[in-house]
Amino acid sequence: MIRQDAHRIDPKRRATIDHKKRQFATPTYKQQDYPYRLNLYDTPPTAEITLEQFEQWAIDRLKILAEIEACSYRNKTPAETAAHITPLLQKFLPLSSNTSAPSGAADTRLKNERQKDHYSHFILRLAFSATEDLRRRFARAETMLFRFRFQQDDSRERRAFIDSLNLDWEPVGDGEKNEVAENLVNSTPGLRRVDDETWYKVDWEKVPELVERRTVFLRRGKAYVPGREQLSMIIAEFTARLERALELTSRALPRLDEDDRLTPILNHLSKNFGSAESVYSEGEGYVDGAPITASSIDQLSQHFPLCMRSLHMNLRKNNHLKHFGRLQYTLFLKGIGLSLEECILFWRQSFKGKTDDEFNSQYKYNIRHAYGDVGGDVNRRGRGYPPYSCQKILGDANPGIGQTHGCPYRHYSVDNLVGLLQATGVHDKEVLRGVREDVGKMRYHIACNRVFEWSHKGEIKKVKDDGTWSQTDLDTIVHPNTYFKRSYLLKQMTQAPRDA
Amino acid sequence: MPHSVSPKRNDDEAMPDASAETGGIKLEDMFNDDENDEFPASSAPDVKMESPPAPEIAEPPAPAPSGVDTDVMLAFYQRLFPFRYLFQWLNHGIVPTRDFGNREFALTLQNDAYLRYQSYTTADLFRKDILKMNPSRFEIGPVYSTNPRDRKTLRGGQMKPVSKELVFDIDLTDYDDIRTCCVKANICAKCWAFVTMAIKVIDTALQEDFGFEHILWVYSGRRGAHAWVCDPRARNLPDDRRRAIAGYLEILRGGSQSNKRVNLKRPLHPHVLRSLDILKHSFAQTTLGDQDTFLSEEQAERLLALLPDQNLNEALRKKWGASPDRPSTSKWADIDALAKTGKSSTLNPVTLRDAKQDIVLEYTYPRLDAEVSKKMIHLLKSPFVIHPGTGRVCVPIDARKADEFDPLSVPTVMNLLAEIDAYDAEHPVGTAEVEVPDGEGSAMNGSDIKGGRKLQDYEKTSLKPYVDYFRSFIAGLLKEERAGKRDREGTAPAPKPDPMEF
Repeated sequence: MIRQDAHRIDPKRRATIDHKKRQFATPTYKQQDYPYRLNLYDTPPTAEITLEQFEQWAIDRLKILAEIEACSYRNKTPAETAAHITPLLQKFLPLSSNTSAPSGAADTRLKNERQKDHYSHFILRLAFSATEDLRRRFARAETMLFRFRFQQDDSRERRAFIDSLNLDWEPVGDGEKNEVAENLVNSTPGLRRVDDETWYKVDWEKVPELVERRTVFLRRGKAYVPGREQLSMIIAEFTARLERALELTSRALPRLDEDDRLTPILNHLSKNFGSAESVYSEGEGYVDGAPITASSIDQLSQHFPLCMRSLHMNLRKNNHLKHFGRLQYTLFLKGIGLSLEECILFWRQSFKGKTDDEFNSQYKYNIRHAYGDVGGDVNRRGRGYPPYSCQKILGDANPGIGQTHGCPYRHYSVDNLVGLLQATGVHDKEVLRGVREDVGKMRYHIACNRVFEWSHKGEIKKVKDDGTWSQTDLDTIVHPNTYFKRSYLLKQMTQAPRDA
Repeated sequence: MPHSVSPKRNDDEAMPDASAETGGIKLEDMFNDDENDEFPASSAPDVKMESPPAPEIAEPPAPAPSGVDTDVMLAFYQRLFPFRYLFQWLNHGIVPTRDFGNREFALTLQNDAYLRYQSYTTADLFRKDILKMNPSRFEIGPVYSTNPRDRKTLRGGQMKPVSKELVFDIDLTDYDDIRTCCVKANICAKCWAFVTMAIKVIDTALQEDFGFEHILWVYSGRRGAHAWVCDPRARNLPDDRRRAIAGYLEILRGGSQSNKRVNLKRPLHPHVLRSLDILKHSFAQTTLGDQDTFLSEEQAERLLALLPDQNLNEALRKKWGASPDRPSTSKWADIDALAKTGKSSTLNPVTLRDAKQDIVLEYTYPRLDAEVSKKMIHLLKSPFVIHPGTGRVCVPIDARKADEFDPLSVPTVMNLLAEIDAYDAEHPVGTAEVEVPDGEGSAMNGSDIKGGRKLQDYEKTSLKPYVDYFRSFIAGLLKEERAGKRDREGTAPAPKPDPMEF
């Protein structure tokens, strides 16, 4: 870092910054009085709190965010998430509406709640602005929390809150409304009459969610948004502001003028933002002693989860896989411990129709890249990309025409899914019925785990009975590599005793 | 993002029938990558990533395995490539700005090495470098916050993409399951109709729904088309807004394993209704007529799978089984005819109508390569480069006259060079105007000589209408840019004195 001498401070700034004086000056900002329950967190807190409060508040909020993230990783529906989160929020981070206290916003309890909400948000901002990944996750979790609270909010209060934001929305006049009435009805699901709503015209960029789902009428760059879709706009606004602010915070972070009281707390906080995504650590999918080579993949593929198994079957059928399929499969193979050399050999042998030259010029580099053998410094240091988790596979773009990657439970039509399952030896009517049900409810994990439990029911019973595996060893699978490892170990286990 | 770093092969495989014209192209060896569904570029351009090992200095070009050899390519760049207009298009003005200077170019050299993060401050330097490197093609990436050539002197993450045209990519390979005339790299007028439909639908939506006005459509050289939306508002869209547009335009969902790919809720969104209106005729003409898609039993089965009523399907299956060669038009008519006879008591006419609408969309609605549109950093082949497989120039397509565009009559580089020679032979010129062979004389192939205006080489060829269209497109774009700059008053970057005389 280049430190500038005091007298070389940019003359424009010199007048306002004298940090030594500023540090002990009384804050000149307006004291926050929290008239509304919701908060866009535009103004940072300025009052003093104790170190214990600092840590405790942050930890409480972190618990909530981690739970919210976990819910989204497990693909819970909004209703399930709400049921899960509500008691936790009540316990760790209550935030009551004005109507819940006789004196309204002036009530001390409400004030304290809102202060805690406000301060804890900003503390976590400090803790999570350091890396891009943390920023992204923090913004996502905070947005979900905000959305949740916004939906729970009392409608009158919500209106007052929105009015206080001064957003740039242009109401649609009656004449124009009648002119496009039919289009408005057609583009707004569940709406019968145009007059049931007040309409606003905004730049379409403000409502990307609605545009992406095609649930808003667009004309020449303007989106015609019904009043009830305010949520979408507010959320977009919230996310945009938070992302911008986090970016600024991250730049200011190296200059955080601080003794050594806060930094350890902040570091500790950011390290404990555990999630399903980070559960997988390098090498976790390796199975010691398993003979994993290019030639053994065919045999091992019986232990693969359906997503990888279908990729393997497609590869064997077509002697080819498209890019994202290759990537998903390569990373998985890397995760089960296939070495780079063996992996290249595997793909070389699998692409029967390609010459060596074609293979080397078109495919080899990508495989090496996935292993971190080539590419930028960051890629090499990180040894390539981690194997995809279920979350990643489920959340990524849907496979397009002719593509085969993704999760069969999610991306196949139910009939094709059942066909595939039967092709892999899952015939049990009860299981298939369960899978249909799970998929209908969008519980893809559960469906996959159901199949796993069925196909290993004997082994699972055995390890449970003799107590060699505890319940945590049999927790829900959320990573394809965990699936493989567990499946492989279970089968070994039941064969091993004879050898041992 | 873990993806490949190879250049985007979005364009197509060697087209065998082109070899007749360009003299035995053996490009299958180089470009028969069927991966045109890939978007390596969306990935590759991760700013932190380094380009694959590529020689900084061009090796002496190995003879390209095609009729389009290095000499032909060089002659094309020297005499025909509209560098000046390409510069103006990307620079959004005459005076060089950051819009051009910080723009990434990626060159594919004749030896297949791939050079990323090239950038040029002026049109002149751009032309010089292209002539020096003589790439077989090059791609255009985003404008970065700093000069892409300086990326190694910057700490990680400091070079950020700031703007790029919103782009779309349509490729006929995505239509393989519904076109009966050709497969893979081949195209004919019959299947080009799918691209024409796609252009109409997307172009209309971009204009009417999103309010974009400056949309440049470009033939990809073999079997597809690209759109470059050049409005300032589109260029500055962040990735999530690009994703929103891609999602808005995407109606076919699901890969090869999902049965029914169009599942729209009723009432239909105005965009879908309008598209359906545009596509109805194309469906009748192309799908039912020219392609006769449902002729084969297998395709007819697929059609039945998309219809809602079992009893009706049984009746249809019986009828079609009796006359195996029944054309698609009749089969399509049979659906309504049999439905009217009331054979099926379970049939709901509304469900049937909806299903038929879905089918029309499934068989005609544009199949976009959505990944291309979603990322600002995605590279896309520049207009006017030569497709190495076909030798055809990637010419702009006037969307207002999309119906008239015939990909098979797009000039190849060999034709064009022959046309210049033919013209020069017919119009012998004085010694003063003889081309200097090293290319300097044709500097910027747009040099107007005051007084007797010398004809530029492209004007002697069938490339002229395409360049003229490109010019008029740029003129429209620049007009808006100037108006926009006046509005912003003085925010335009301070112009540096330009050594180039325009």
